Formats: sequence, C-alpha cells, structure tokens
Amino acid sequence: MAGTGAAEATGADAAAALLLLSDGRLPAGGHAHSGGLEATVAAGRVHDVASLEGFLRGRAATSGTVAAAFAAAACARVIRGEVADLGTLDAELDARMPSPALRATSRKLGRQLLRAVRVIRPHPCWDEIGTSPHHPLVLGAACAAAGLPPRAAALAAVHDAVVGPATAAVRLLGLDPFATHAALARLGPMLDRIAADADSCAVGDPADLPADSAPLLDLAAEQHATWEVRLFAS
Amino acid sequence: MRARAELATDYIQRTDGRGRSRITTLRSESPLMLRPTFPKGPEPWTDGAANVARVCLAAGAAGPVGGDELVLRVDVGRDSTLVLRDVSATLLLPGPGGEQSSTRVTVHVCSGATLVWIPEPVIAAHGCRHRSDIRVDLDPGARLLLREELLLGRHRESPGTVYQHLRVRLDGRPLLNQQLSVGPGAPGWGSPAVTGGRRALGTLLVVDPRWSDDPPPAAALDGDSAVLPLNGPAALVSAVATDNLSLRRSLDVGLDRLTG
Repeated sequence: MAGTGAAEATGADAAAALLLLSDGRLPAGGHAHSGGLEATVAAGRVHDVASLEGFLRGRAATSGTVAAAFAAAACARVIRGEVADLGTLDAELDARMPSPALRATSRKLGRQLLRAVRVIRPHPCWDEIGTSPHHPLVLGAACAAAGLPPRAAALAAVHDAVVGPATAAVRLLGLDPFATHAALARLGPMLDRIAADADSCAVGDPADLPADSAPLLDLAAEQHATWEVRLFAS
Repeated sequence: MRARAELATDYIQRTDGRGRSRITTLRSESPLMLRPTFPKGPEPWTDGAANVARVCLAAGAAGPVGGDELVLRVDVGRDSTLVLRDVSATLLLPGPGGEQSSTRVTVHVCSGATLVWIPEPVIAAHGCRHRSDIRVDLDPGARLLLREELLLGRHRESPGTVYQHLRVRLDGRPLLNQQLSVGPGAPGWGSPAVTGGRRALGTLLVVDPRWSDDPPPAAALDGDSAVLPLNGPAALVSAVATDNLSLRRSLDVGLDRLTG
C-alpha cells in the first residue's frame, strides 16, 4: 500500500525511506549538477582533496544550512497538514537566493524530484505544492510523505548539498574517489549538527530561518550559466 | 556603550509647486552622531539636487567596540528623499572581555520615497566580534539604493568574527534575506565556496519600482562580480576583491549598469 502519511510509518521502514531518498541513484537528475564546483574548479579555487574539502565545508555552512532548514520546515508543515504554508517558505527561499541561476537550478531540481516522488510516494500534498517548487521544499515534503521527521529531511538536504559536488570533483579533477569520500566522512559531524539546528527551528516563523550566504557560489553560478560548453548543468 | 539614534524625513509642498524633503527627526546619541550635510561626492539618483535631505553619520567614539549596542531607526516619509552617508569608515574593535558588539538598523521607506544609503566600508579588526542586523521595510513604490562593503582585517591582519544580516521586505513580502558570516566564529568562511581568501566583499542593492517585476538581466561582470536580478523590482550587485579599491571599482561598474 502506498504511504499516505507519517502515522503509517514505523521506525524501521522510515529509515529505509531516508536511504531511498538520499541515494544518488534516485532518478531525479541530481547527478547532472556539480553545485557550483565546475565553475570553481575552472577558476582554480579547487584543485585537490584539501581544497575540495574546504569548498564542501563552506557549502554545508551556507547553502547547505539554508536547504536543510527549509527541508525541515517543509517536512514539518506537511506533517501538520499545513501545506498552504509551503508558498510562504518558497518566497522566503527565493529571498535567500540572489543568483537567478541558482534559483532556476533549485526549481529545476525541485521539478525533477517532484516528478519522481509523485510516483514513488503518492501524497495529497503533491497536488498543492505547485508546478515548480524549490528542491528543498519537495525533499522535505517527500520525507514527510515517507513518514520521516524534519530532522531526517534536514540531513537529506545537507547531505545532498555536499555529495553532489564531491562526486563531481572525481570526474572534473580525477581525484581519488576513496580520498574524496574520506573527506565526506570527515564532514559527517558537521552535517549532523546542521541537521539538528535545522530541526530546532523547523516550526518557527519562516522569516527567521537561516539565510547564510556564499558570495563565491553566487558568482560561480552566474559565470557557469554563461558557458556554452560544460560537463554539468550547474 | 549603548546608543539609540533616530532619523526621519518628510516632504513638503511649497506654494510655488516646488517641494523639498525635510528632516523632521534627528536624534543623536554618542557614538551615533547624525549631522545634516551638503552633498558629499557623487550621488546616484539624486546628484546635487537641492531639494533632497542629506545626513551623515559620524562616529562620536572609536568602534563599535565589543560590548557596544547601537540602534538606529530611519524613517523616510512619503515622497521624500534621503541621502544617508558616513563621515568615515567603521572599524570594528574587540572589547576588553571579548564581548560581542552589535548594530541594529531598522529602516522604513514609504511609498514614493527614496533612500540612498551609501555607508563607507566596515573593517573587521583582528579579534572583533560583531553582529550587524539591518531590516528594511519598503512600501509599494519605494526606492532604495544600499551599498555594503566589508573588509576582512586591516593591513596584513586576519579578521575577527562578523555576522552581517540584511533583510529587505517589499510590501510585507521577503525580497532579500542574506547573512554573511566571516571570521574564526564562522565555520567554512574562508572556503572556496564563500570568500576564497578575498579580503574585501561587497553588495549593492537597488530597488526601483520602475522595473516592475522585470529588473535588468543577470550579468557576470567578471569572475569576481555580477549583477543578480532578484525576484521583484530589484537587483543586487555582488562583488569580491583583493582590496577595497578594486571592490569599490566593481560595485561602481554595477551601479552604472543599474542606475545609468
């Protein structure tokens, strides 16, 4: 039977649901994006595992923190049946993304994930979330639909924020995949802390959600959008 | 030191039909000293106009120093125009016991009113711990030009911790909400995703109702600066640079694009 809400899920199948949603093999198009890494590599700012780790740390602390907070907030709204509030979250997230290229990428990834989760996890919220929602909101709602709590949604979002660029680095720079994943493992405690913080503000005023900015990610995204030939979509 | 300063303007129509903006409230409290001034250097939008209200913020003491709590309220009344500038750059300094200093600015720009707010750079000295919180509420039809420049440390100095938060709402809806965190208290701040070792960061926000919901297009001016149209009648110029001179140059290029 298709899951229709948090009440159905037991702890065990919810854990499996989190693995399913955060797996890179989920057919939602995330593998085509480098999270700003392709332009950053071209600018010479990331060139080895150490500089990649610094990049990932900065991304987790800024756009990853914002994505985690909004995924957790969306998850909490859907669990409470307050799906209409997703529009407020969407506008608040727009205000936290000054780069039009990043706004477009977030909505594109949101659309692609929405198409996948409509089938994977049927839920009434998919008819109310709009046609082009931001990715963290779809991810948060998908976690709620799968019976997962806001903290799991936050963890999935911030995990997604670093894993994409890390695997892109292996292709862009030919880095050792083991060393790259070791860097991801070192980030684990930071990601857990970010998810816990996102959880603690999930039900507060959307205007007070984190708004951490990363000037170089904004600039990299706009640079990348002007390229004619590129390996990754963003 | 705790201080609370207040500034307000309105617009008066004269019998000959030529109105002017007038300062109606000017309340200073050291170290926040507000002074009516003549035009100081080039001004976007208002260049030289005589019927504009001009105020400079002067520091009546060093700092902000750790422990200081400064509050400024600015009200730009209907149809009036205010140009708000600084006399000099702001140097954030550590307090004797490592306390945090804070600056809180609340701005309301009424319908038909214009605020040109072009402060001088903020310099984060080594060991400082500062939180800056700017909240701007714009009524429909309000115009805003706001520049922010942050220099990470004085010459060959590593910066202290600064949290710089800017929230702008237009007609009650969020337009821009950005927090920049740098220094030892901000994990990942030197990252190639955030500052990448650049020592000067700046933004220039322009909100112009004439753009309606169609602001100027995005433009990567060079690798280190870009024009970013927001979701609304507004655009942000964002720039990073190795020093304050090249930062100002980049922001000026963006300014010309948005107001020229």
